[in-house]
Amino acid sequence: MLTNKALAFFSFIILISLWYGLAITINDNTLPTPTLVLQVLWQEIESGQLPHHLGITLLRLLASFSIAMFLGCGIGILLGINKRLDAFFDNWLVIFLNIPALVTIILCYVWFGLIESAAILAVVINKLPNVIVTIREGTKALDKNLLEMARSYNFSHSKTFFHVIWPQLHPFVMAATRSGLALIWKIILVVELLGRSDGMGYQLHLFFQLFDVASILAYTIAFIAIIQAIELLILKPLDNKALRWRR
Amino acid sequence: MTAIHIDIKSKTYTSPDSRQHTAIANLKLLLPDNEFVCLVGPSGCGKTTLLNIIANLDSQYEGEISIEGLHSAPKIGYIFQDPRLLPWRTVRENIELALPAQQPAEIIDSLLESMQLTKNQNDYPQHLSLGMSRRVAIIRAFAINPDILLMDEPFVSLDAPTARQVRDLLLDLWQQRPHTVLFVTHDLREAITLADRLIFLSAAPMAVVSNLEVNIPRDQRHNELTIENFRQKLLTEHPKIKQLL
Repeated sequence: MLTNKALAFFSFIILISLWYGLAITINDNTLPTPTLVLQVLWQEIESGQLPHHLGITLLRLLASFSIAMFLGCGIGILLGINKRLDAFFDNWLVIFLNIPALVTIILCYVWFGLIESAAILAVVINKLPNVIVTIREGTKALDKNLLEMARSYNFSHSKTFFHVIWPQLHPFVMAATRSGLALIWKIILVVELLGRSDGMGYQLHLFFQLFDVASILAYTIAFIAIIQAIELLILKPLDNKALRWRR
Repeated sequence: MTAIHIDIKSKTYTSPDSRQHTAIANLKLLLPDNEFVCLVGPSGCGKTTLLNIIANLDSQYEGEISIEGLHSAPKIGYIFQDPRLLPWRTVRENIELALPAQQPAEIIDSLLESMQLTKNQNDYPQHLSLGMSRRVAIIRAFAINPDILLMDEPFVSLDAPTARQVRDLLLDLWQQRPHTVLFVTHDLREAITLADRLIFLSAAPMAVVSNLEVNIPRDQRHNELTIENFRQKLLTEHPKIKQLL
């Protein structure tokens, strides 16, 4: 019997083979072979083009993600604690959750111009309601008994927050982080495609106009690799550390 | 540290169908220094409400709680019905969190030893039995050297042998480190085993029905027959407490 790891590896090989076989059969520029894509990827890395644009996109991701998470956690906790505030802002959230990403992006560019801060703002507005809702639900689910314990033992506000509240919110924050990264990656490319002259989105737009599928796929591979690296090197260790007490 | 005066003029609450209920009316209690007092009363009579008022978790009442000679907020060691340990902190970390920073470690070591938990100090609460978790909660309460210890039926839902074991450990610990204790229970045998004084409370609105001393010497409390005889005597001499059990 194959172990699950071996099975996963095997399935990956099959996927690549399928791609290879299909590319050779079709034999057309619109579907290059994996080897050609890897060659292009290497060229792009060597020329410095890919690191440059990927780096810029990553910076935008970091900025908009941090802002959205920070604001989202703050507002989410507030709404989770305060029922009246929640009742007041609930329909705002519903509206913002349902505005299509493209609309906010266009509006931000129209209102603020084709500038960096408008791009970041558009991403933040798209992501923020998701974070707020997730953290709000987490705050509502806080264990009242533990909070009572903290109060009766006279815990300071910071002690209560970091040792009683935050560990309970952790799964919700991680959920918001994971879904957030996935969402922001996709939105940020559209933002760059529509109104920036650098970044992955801009490059993809360029390759589209040239019908350069090999480059598009090369950038996609770089993209997937980065997301996996973030998951394995940052998120997983964070999870393991915070959840070590679980059975 | 000296006696604690409890004087609650009224505590009302509003039920979900928006009717006003009086939970406590004119309740006066005096808890002498380092006495072990058991509150006995029917379930739902407001005993937990009373403890929450004393612990300053509930300030919606008229009246006053005062500790003679103490002008700052009293330190409360509250042992809840459920252990209320933080699952993401080990036994030792849970106790440490309740203490002020720079507290010497010796007190935790000696308390862990008294409660026979030294071996488990680095375990997470999920790996403890219920009896062990209760013991950790007891240590946490004693560790802060409280002005008053509040215990809200802490041995409920333990099987009889475990409950007896934890009860004995608690008594030993309390005799080493005397504190004023207010212990809520509806089990008269348990109350007689533990208490210097029994206070019987009526159903809502809560009031004191009887205030009786338990004069069994401490070294005879392990004898179940003595406890049972005392209980029978109590019930014959004070027939009105029968309805409260």
